[in-house]
Amino acid sequence: MTSSAAMRMLRSIWPLLSLALVVTGIALVASVAPITVQRRVAEAFVTLVAVVGLYIFVGNSGILSFGNVSFMAIGAYVSAILTMRPAAKAMFLPGLPELIKQAQWVPIPAALAGGVVAAVLAFLVGVPLMRLSGIAASIATFALLSITRIGIGNWNSVTGGQNSLMGFPIYTDIWTGLAWALVAMAAAFIYQETRSGLVLRASREDEIAAHAAGSHIYRHRLIAFVIGAFFSAIGGVLLGHYLGVVRIDTFYLDLTFNIVAILVIGGSGSLAGAVFGTIAIATMTELLRQAEVGFQIGTLHIAAPAGLADVIVALGMLLIILLRPRGITNGREVAWPFRP
Amino acid sequence: MIVDVIQGLVDAISVGSLYALTALGIGLIFGVMRLINFAHSELIMLTGYTLLLFASEPAAVAILGGLVVAVAVALITERIAFRPLRGADPTTLLVASFAVSFLIQKTMALTVGSKTKGVDFLPSLGEQIVVAGIRLQLLKMVTIIVTVVLLVALSWFLRRTRYGREMRAAAENFRMAQLLGVRSDRVISIAFAISGVLAAVVGFLFVSQSGFLEPRMGLQLVAIAFVGTVIGGLGSLVGAAIGGFIVGAATVLLQLVLPYGLREFREVFVYLLVIFILLVRPQGLIPSAGLRQRV
Repeated sequence: MTSSAAMRMLRSIWPLLSLALVVTGIALVASVAPITVQRRVAEAFVTLVAVVGLYIFVGNSGILSFGNVSFMAIGAYVSAILTMRPAAKAMFLPGLPELIKQAQWVPIPAALAGGVVAAVLAFLVGVPLMRLSGIAASIATFALLSITRIGIGNWNSVTGGQNSLMGFPIYTDIWTGLAWALVAMAAAFIYQETRSGLVLRASREDEIAAHAAGSHIYRHRLIAFVIGAFFSAIGGVLLGHYLGVVRIDTFYLDLTFNIVAILVIGGSGSLAGAVFGTIAIATMTELLRQAEVGFQIGTLHIAAPAGLADVIVALGMLLIILLRPRGITNGREVAWPFRP
Repeated sequence: MIVDVIQGLVDAISVGSLYALTALGIGLIFGVMRLINFAHSELIMLTGYTLLLFASEPAAVAILGGLVVAVAVALITERIAFRPLRGADPTTLLVASFAVSFLIQKTMALTVGSKTKGVDFLPSLGEQIVVAGIRLQLLKMVTIIVTVVLLVALSWFLRRTRYGREMRAAAENFRMAQLLGVRSDRVISIAFAISGVLAAVVGFLFVSQSGFLEPRMGLQLVAIAFVGTVIGGLGSLVGAAIGGFIVGAATVLLQLVLPYGLREFREVFVYLLVIFILLVRPQGLIPSAGLRQRV
């Protein structure tokens, strides 16, 4: 009796558990690999957190958001500024409030602060934006991306403007990446199983029917937007502490495209899509990166042209949309492998 | 003083015109197939590079080349990427156009490089002319005149010709138009061809103004034109033109009226204005009757 209850329990969390096992397995294998491979895998985990952040809103609501990279930028800046050496802040960021100028936080509170600031901002902009229907909402999130870029890029005394922020710890490795990826995946899975998540998914399939059934779509969109913003911001935090440099140019259309492409290729309708999309694109990008470095056959040096990876990702995304519109995973979660 | 005001207004009107043309190209495609065409920016960019290619030829040849390239690419993207997706939901179409846009942009970056290139297209337009004692840049006057001519021509086409009427019918209710004998392939192809022409003209004017080329140059224009189409009211051509104009003109006027120190943030104010308008009028300034979702 208890064992069958445990079985049911296991079965109900299997879509999450299976993905967590895959991701943890990758981390374990990578931990014994050369350091360059470890760096790449850590980078892929950072991307995964950002993709899951996007998925929480886009996957459940069906509304494409260009704005999540704004939250990544906000997270990255907040955490970088909080963890920077006070001496560096006094020199480069004179406009910071005294309290923040003196502060030198440790990584986790700073990361959480980044997430919370982004989530609060997401709530404030979400209140008007989530009233818009599908496509207008997408364009409005585009406006959000531009606002963040211009705002951060010109607020020189607080963000350093177009200059890079440096002098904060570089702590993102496979384990921090893995830990946050698992947290983000768990949050995404739990959210999509809650009433709010289910209502939102219903509205994604048929907005009018969901309305007619008495759902407050607006409220649930807003909830998903805020949660997604939090994890997008965490992705940004991790990216900043992975690169060791935060600059506003990082957080614009190329990153937006990359993250949207990963989600679309994987399949935006399921968490499995976010995870497998990230794995597929990270693997392919790494292979092409190797090809761009080139290899030697006798005296002949063969190398793929730089930038080929971008072209292939774009082409892959277009082909997926045309041939398999619900992505690699076809919008499904990982199925229970045993009978019944 | 009054001279400054007039020069400022001419600036605002010419920039507004450029964005109105861009927004119109996007609005036209949205009208017939509910597609927000990100790739419109690449049509503008490719026009720019065509001008560079024909830099040593007479300007007329370069212009013809630019038109041919923009129209051809518009038609090819429609045929390959968007036709198979006809009837898909707008978000899928949006994602597809995002992919097409990046595919073209990254392919250009791969082949011609992502470095900025200079191009001197019709340098004589940079000269100043004196109208009633006020010095104005010739290019700005040309931009305004070209826009007015194109708007008149487009509205004549949409109202007075058979294909134009078919296009309006298709924008109103695509299914009904089809049932009444409008050939959907033809109507959509014509819309893409016209959007190619509009993109090419924007490319000529923009490149002549800025003098530089880079693979991502179109996005900046199109990003602002997008929000223009949304505040104007998606699906309404008049709305697109007006919305694009307002957004473009507002960036210039804000540059003039904002105090020093806030000017760098002018586009933030534009986008905030956009969000405000959406808040007050979620369907845009001129809502399109055909867009309302039917059950």
